[in-house]
Amino acid sequence: MRAPVSWLRELVDIPVDQSGRDIAARLIRVGLEVETVETVGGGVTGALYLGKVLQIEELTEFKKPIRWCQVDVGTPGGGIHGIICGAQNFVVGDIVVVALPGTVLPGGFEITSRETYGHISDGMICSERELALSEEHDGIMVLPTGTAGADAGPIIGVGEEVLDIAVTPDRGYALSLRGIARELAISYGLPFRDPGLSVADLLAPGADAAPAQCGSDDFEACALFTLRTIVGFNPKAASPQWMKQRLTAAGMRPVSLAVDVTNYVMHELGQPLHAFDLDKLSGPVRAGWAEPGSILETLDHVTRELGPDDLVILDNDGIVGLAGTMGGLDSEIDDDTTSIALEAAHFAANVVARMSRRHKLSSEASRRFERGVDRTLAPYASARAAALLIEYGGGHYVGMTAVEAPYEPMVISMPSREPAAVAGMPIEADVVVGLLEAVGCQVLSIDNQLEVAAPPWRSDLTDPADLVEEVVRLVGYDLLPSTLPVAAAGHGLSKSQRLKRLIGLTLAARGSVEVLNYPFVGADELADLQLAVGDIRRSRVRLANPLSDQQPYLRASLLPGLLATVRRNAGRGLNDLSIFEVGAVFQGECDQPPPRPSVLMRPSADEWAALNALLPSQPVHLGVVLAGERELASWWGPAQSQGFADAIQLAQVVADVIGTEITIGQGHDEVFHPGRCAGIECAGQSVGVAGELHPRVIQAWSLPARSSALELDLDALIAAAPDLRSAPVVSSHPVAKEDLAVVVPDSVTAAAVLQALGSGAGELLESIRLFDIYRGPQVPAGCYSMAVALRFRAPDRTLTAEETARARQGAINRAAADCGAVIRGA
Amino acid sequence: MSGPNTSFDPKQVAVLSAEAVATMVTAALLATSAAPDLGALKAVRLAHAGDRSPLAVANRDIGALPPAAKAEVGKRVGEARGVVTAALDARQEELERARDEFALAEEFVDVTLPTVRNPLGARHPLTTVMERICDVFIAMGYDIAEGPEAEAEWINFDALNVPPDHPARTMQDTFYVTSPESGVVLRTQTSPIQIRAMLDRPLPIYVVAPGRVYRTDELDATHTPVFHQVEGLAVDEGLTMGDLKGTLDHFAQEMFGPGIVTRLRPSYFPFTEPSAELDVQCFVCRGASVDKPERPCRSCGNQGWIEWGGCGMVNPRVLRAVGIDSSKYRGFAFGMGIERTLMFRNGVTDMRDMVEGDARFSLAFGLDS
Ligand SMILES: [Zn+2]
Repeated sequence: MRAPVSWLRELVDIPVDQSGRDIAARLIRVGLEVETVETVGGGVTGALYLGKVLQIEELTEFKKPIRWCQVDVGTPGGGIHGIICGAQNFVVGDIVVVALPGTVLPGGFEITSRETYGHISDGMICSERELALSEEHDGIMVLPTGTAGADAGPIIGVGEEVLDIAVTPDRGYALSLRGIARELAISYGLPFRDPGLSVADLLAPGADAAPAQCGSDDFEACALFTLRTIVGFNPKAASPQWMKQRLTAAGMRPVSLAVDVTNYVMHELGQPLHAFDLDKLSGPVRAGWAEPGSILETLDHVTRELGPDDLVILDNDGIVGLAGTMGGLDSEIDDDTTSIALEAAHFAANVVARMSRRHKLSSEASRRFERGVDRTLAPYASARAAALLIEYGGGHYVGMTAVEAPYEPMVISMPSREPAAVAGMPIEADVVVGLLEAVGCQVLSIDNQLEVAAPPWRSDLTDPADLVEEVVRLVGYDLLPSTLPVAAAGHGLSKSQRLKRLIGLTLAARGSVEVLNYPFVGADELADLQLAVGDIRRSRVRLANPLSDQQPYLRASLLPGLLATVRRNAGRGLNDLSIFEVGAVFQGECDQPPPRPSVLMRPSADEWAALNALLPSQPVHLGVVLAGERELASWWGPAQSQGFADAIQLAQVVADVIGTEITIGQGHDEVFHPGRCAGIECAGQSVGVAGELHPRVIQAWSLPARSSALELDLDALIAAAPDLRSAPVVSSHPVAKEDLAVVVPDSVTAAAVLQALGSGAGELLESIRLFDIYRGPQVPAGCYSMAVALRFRAPDRTLTAEETARARQGAINRAAADCGAVIRGA
Repeated sequence: MSGPNTSFDPKQVAVLSAEAVATMVTAALLATSAAPDLGALKAVRLAHAGDRSPLAVANRDIGALPPAAKAEVGKRVGEARGVVTAALDARQEELERARDEFALAEEFVDVTLPTVRNPLGARHPLTTVMERICDVFIAMGYDIAEGPEAEAEWINFDALNVPPDHPARTMQDTFYVTSPESGVVLRTQTSPIQIRAMLDRPLPIYVVAPGRVYRTDELDATHTPVFHQVEGLAVDEGLTMGDLKGTLDHFAQEMFGPGIVTRLRPSYFPFTEPSAELDVQCFVCRGASVDKPERPCRSCGNQGWIEWGGCGMVNPRVLRAVGIDSSKYRGFAFGMGIERTLMFRNGVTDMRDMVEGDARFSLAFGLDS
């Protein structure tokens, strides 16, 4: 919303020393967000004069028509100047705007006296665009009247300051000069001249023609409809210069008198208006719902299909406009219009909002109706517009017809001390009443309870809290005290929050870099992961309106995002990399019909459960991808690649960090190398997978060779983590060490052998460690040898040689029984 | 050591003179100090303090001396042997130290060689900023609340007093899951966590909730469709806007430094009433750059204040939707963007740096921000 300061000054006597920025600061303080303060023609320095064209000599020897003009700029401008001009839209006697040598135009263009087209051009005749008044450059500015030598600046609006205000959705009234000026008056403590109430003094209607009739089919959607008829209008009449200037400064392009007047009044009062060519209408005009399958071509030359959710303006022949949004092309005012039917109505905000959204059509009118227009303003605005039309376009009006539902103002009951209680600072009751009255409320005070009738332009005032905000913002948020409440005793981080931090810190300390990827994935990416049909990581949660049709799904696995990020890093020369992400994945479906509990009370347990059942499952996962080398070659030795073992080790590290016991077994997973994939289980449930990526995945994603990865269900791992960890018994008795080597078939995993040895060794076993693996001529074909160090210790005594030997033999026996292990060298 | 003096034979043994003993000692000391290494010293020890050394022989001969001379000579020889042994031991220690020092000197290395074989990784600065924020509020007694990213539309909008026709619900802003009628959206703000906190937790409630949120903006230098916010919510008896202001002032000081204050400007959010925009004082210039074009401040663009977020008193309609008696309880809430916080707090100039996952970006922050 653009508000020229001179227009505001017409409604409030703002002190003359107040600049646009001063005024903006006042508005910001009360909650109108002034984004910029612009100066019209802000780039002009030096004088601009009105000049009278005395003589025009057409120069025809050039490629385009050129005029050699004699222009009188009066005594202040030094009399008559010869000026070369390329425009053709003026005649002798016209009043034009002249910039003389020394004046600098927007863009740093300095006017000089210079020879051109065979003459000394001593100045310039300006167009609107050259003065940065508008984009208009079809010829130079020609003013209807004026005195040669007069200062042109104020006359053409150069130097006018314009506030550009971002109006929040609750403050529809601020989409008008009337609304902004009211705020300004309160802010300065000055009287406000309400143009909305002072314009009803229109001439008495003539009786030479019957006014057009109007109606409303649905008072819920259209509570007020007025139609004012004007006949004998001169369609050639031009808008006055001041009106064009104001519209231009307010960001609207002047079009014709009828259109300019409706725009001007809308901008001034906030009431959208529509002018029909009465001769193109047939019979009474009313607001009503469209028939299914109706069609309307709107003023923007778009043919729109309408249905029973569209509120339209109808005459006997059909639809002539989209209510509160845009008129129809067929009933538009044109150069021959002499009879005007001026519609001013009140349409329901939600109806217009839905239509605007459905037709993707946002107009100056719909923006205002969506945010709420003064419920009672229509006839006043219509009168104001009619007065302007008649003043500048001639004719007379023959009456207004209107239909209106009864209007009852919203009455809100609020304790007078409520604003003070909410703000936390003293605000006296008379201040509360005074401020509410200033915004237009009527206040009835009964003891300490206020009965407050909201004004018709404040549809946002419905609750006591709304009144509190009005009072506190006008007192000033800058006066609020700064106090600290004493919170209830808290609990610190939850277990899950604490453990997630530990995991992040551990991975980062071990060299991994955290990334936060977008969760959007595409079918191609899932195909490149080789995921089987039915794999839970095949995303099934899809966006209705994705940013890119290439990535319409939400991730069901962290891997696609991580692989893409590794590829991006590799593309930037970072080939040796470990990255990780902790984030939610989306699994399952969203296919339940949504419940819509009332917002007037707490949802029932069933409703709450149904709402949550709508959502896909969103477990938090940890993903890691390792590529290239973990340790680079240097003076300490050759480079160390990171591979499947590093990925599996990280799974173990994460589990150890949070104290969850996991088991690692041979896994099978389409994303991973068939022989180098570990399945990770916790309490018998799969919680993830780790290993070397499948070569085809590596190729499809253009990743460094032998990249490895890990993905864990962190929520499951954390749920299994102990709440409390028990202290061990630390024995100070001597340790007994036993090394042994067993030969086992290749089909038996190391984990199985270690498990068997460990359980067979009994409770004296303190630790078991694999220290070598051997395959070769020393052991039978199809077998391998594992060398293992066992440490035994008792909590209460020194072990005897016999005890140690018994435990050792127990380990061997169990490994023999469970794994077919044969003690080596026995 | 000789045996008892039972075979005294004065003819065979002459009384050892002091001069003779001194000569032996001198010879021993000269040899000792001249020994160049531990091997030579071993030979010297053998020659001058061994069983066959002159002093050892002299010592043995004492037994054959007449009893009158025994004491004197015994004392003389004993002292001499002591001197020689002490000198040998001292030289021994000296040579051993020299040997050790030589050996250590041989083990010299260049300790300025690079030693970082396994460089540190990094956490994402958005994560560490969120953790920092959580820590500030935990210190004030708050808990950390959470909620899902794919959220029920009712919780994201209706319960927060955003009615079905509100412009914020258009598909220009909101990602709808499956279809516009599914009732599921990607949460557009962390505010739905307010609803969950109020339905799940006993009163009074003091929580902050960091998290990811989604809007249908294309990625550019200042926008991203996926970003992070932190939400704060307090619901208690007698809370005031002053309490909101004080909480935000404390928060701002913890994030940006002592003395930094906040500013509230009236604004509009459906879920708060009264509502305010929240500005934080520029912690670089502290307002000193305002109206001073000759002193440009990149942090605030010479405004003195930086837009940080939104806040207000919880709208009683929101309290009603979760069944909290608004005649007894009042609440305040606030929210701010983490990306935006990181941008002006740590000088990040391009939003894309925070979303692309280039390892160099996070590595520059390490494990804290
Ligand atoms: Zn600054």
